[in-house]
Amino acid sequence: MTDFILRALLAGLCIAAIAGPLGSFVVWRRMSYFGDTLAHSSLLGIALGILLDINLQLAVILGSVVFAVLLIVLQRNKSLSTDTLLGILAHSTLAFGMLILALSNTVQVNLVGYLFGDLLTVSTSDLWWIIGMAALVAVLLVKFWNPLLALTVHEEMAQVEGVSVTRLHALMVIMVALLIAVSMKIIGVLLITSLLIIPPAAARRFAKTPEQMALGASVTGCLAVCGGLMMSLYLDTPAGPSIVVTASLFFLLSYLAPSLSGNRS
Amino acid sequence: MSHQCLVKANNISIQFGDRQVLQHVNLSVHQGQIVTLIGPNGAGKTTLIRVILGLLPVRSGTVEKQPGLRIGYMPQKLHIEPTMPITVRRFLELAKRNSSEPIGRFLEEVQVSHLMDHQLGSISGGEMQRVLLARALSQSPQLLVLDEPAQGVDVAGQADLYQLINDIRTAHHCGVLMISHDLHLVMAKTDEVVCLNHHICCHGRPEQVSVDPSYLALFGKKEAKNLAVYTHHHNHHHDLTGEVVEHSHD
Repeated sequence: MTDFILRALLAGLCIAAIAGPLGSFVVWRRMSYFGDTLAHSSLLGIALGILLDINLQLAVILGSVVFAVLLIVLQRNKSLSTDTLLGILAHSTLAFGMLILALSNTVQVNLVGYLFGDLLTVSTSDLWWIIGMAALVAVLLVKFWNPLLALTVHEEMAQVEGVSVTRLHALMVIMVALLIAVSMKIIGVLLITSLLIIPPAAARRFAKTPEQMALGASVTGCLAVCGGLMMSLYLDTPAGPSIVVTASLFFLLSYLAPSLSGNRS
Repeated sequence: MSHQCLVKANNISIQFGDRQVLQHVNLSVHQGQIVTLIGPNGAGKTTLIRVILGLLPVRSGTVEKQPGLRIGYMPQKLHIEPTMPITVRRFLELAKRNSSEPIGRFLEEVQVSHLMDHQLGSISGGEMQRVLLARALSQSPQLLVLDEPAQGVDVAGQADLYQLINDIRTAHHCGVLMISHDLHLVMAKTDEVVCLNHHICCHGRPEQVSVDPSYLALFGKKEAKNLAVYTHHHNHHHDLTGEVVEHSHD
């Protein structure tokens, strides 16, 4: 009993800690719809993994990364607006995934679990995947923090100053894809982006630098994971929605709290 | 004095779709020289600058840069996402630099040291332009590329800003390539004016360009008259904090 709670807690904390800084970039770069699309498409990864009978975690990670790269390439070819492109892909991949899952009746798949997250399904091997991913993304974030930030503030200025824009943009997208791929089991396909968006939004008002916002978002996310898991435990509610509800409460509180910033505005 | 050529664009032509934006454009900037690009909206000024910066690939024509040329680039506008908290200090620290000079020195040079710990999103248009200029200076540039540096700055502030750019050119002995809309203000310190409307209409010293028939045709007599020489004087002006400053000269 306590084992699976501990696993879920550890997994949730790892994800929230990374989602803080990564989610801040998603907010700053207005990529939330992009994240949604990646999340929806990860169900297709699961479906293909089942169809091809390979490790599901690996299938989702590979699927998400391939899809992320595909999105970058498609975006560059500007015949459709990004918004429309993402709209088409988000829903068609989700629908495709669900169709494949429905047709492959050899395996019983907990579809609701994938859509909304299922605490009970976090195995020890899942936990290792999450820890590994979190460590990798953390290292990449620390290493490329300044150029990523420079790129986000003004792409062309950064490029003139010698930042390799295309490579870093791809890195950013791949990191988001990795996070989504490993956390879909806990939070669920439909709710994952909220963990990227809500904690940074809650931390925004109290931050004076990008770093403060990123760290604040990590802390808020971790608190939301703790609160959500507790709620799930005592009220017997689904874990993913409980975490997201807790995070939204934090966001609401941050906006009701008196302003701390003494800056002129 | 033999001034080195910093950058030279040869016979640049650019086409977007079936729209010819630049036609056989030649442009060069030498060390210590201020070159100002003028021309109507949509004339291709920003496109030309993007080509020279290497942000836009050229299929027709060449851009020769002095090897290892350090460029300080000041974009036309900096839009800060309201969701991003960032101080002026942090913004300047973002730039990749090869010198170890403290950030404060660059702010001092553009006379906005007091903004160091302000939020970038809360400073005025004129202050923002100076912060951007400080960021460009942090590159220890041999060439400054400024895309409408006086945008969003009031008239008195514009004169100050152009004076500052001139001072920077003298102090750093760098070349300056800038775009400007402010025909009547920009000219006093400019060595070479290039009048661009997809192709180069005319170029030369300001007083030559201002009487060139193709320039007059492009801007009309009324605008053109403003260009001649900037002779507007105040007996005082205001510094950035609003204090009245007596002129030390004339």
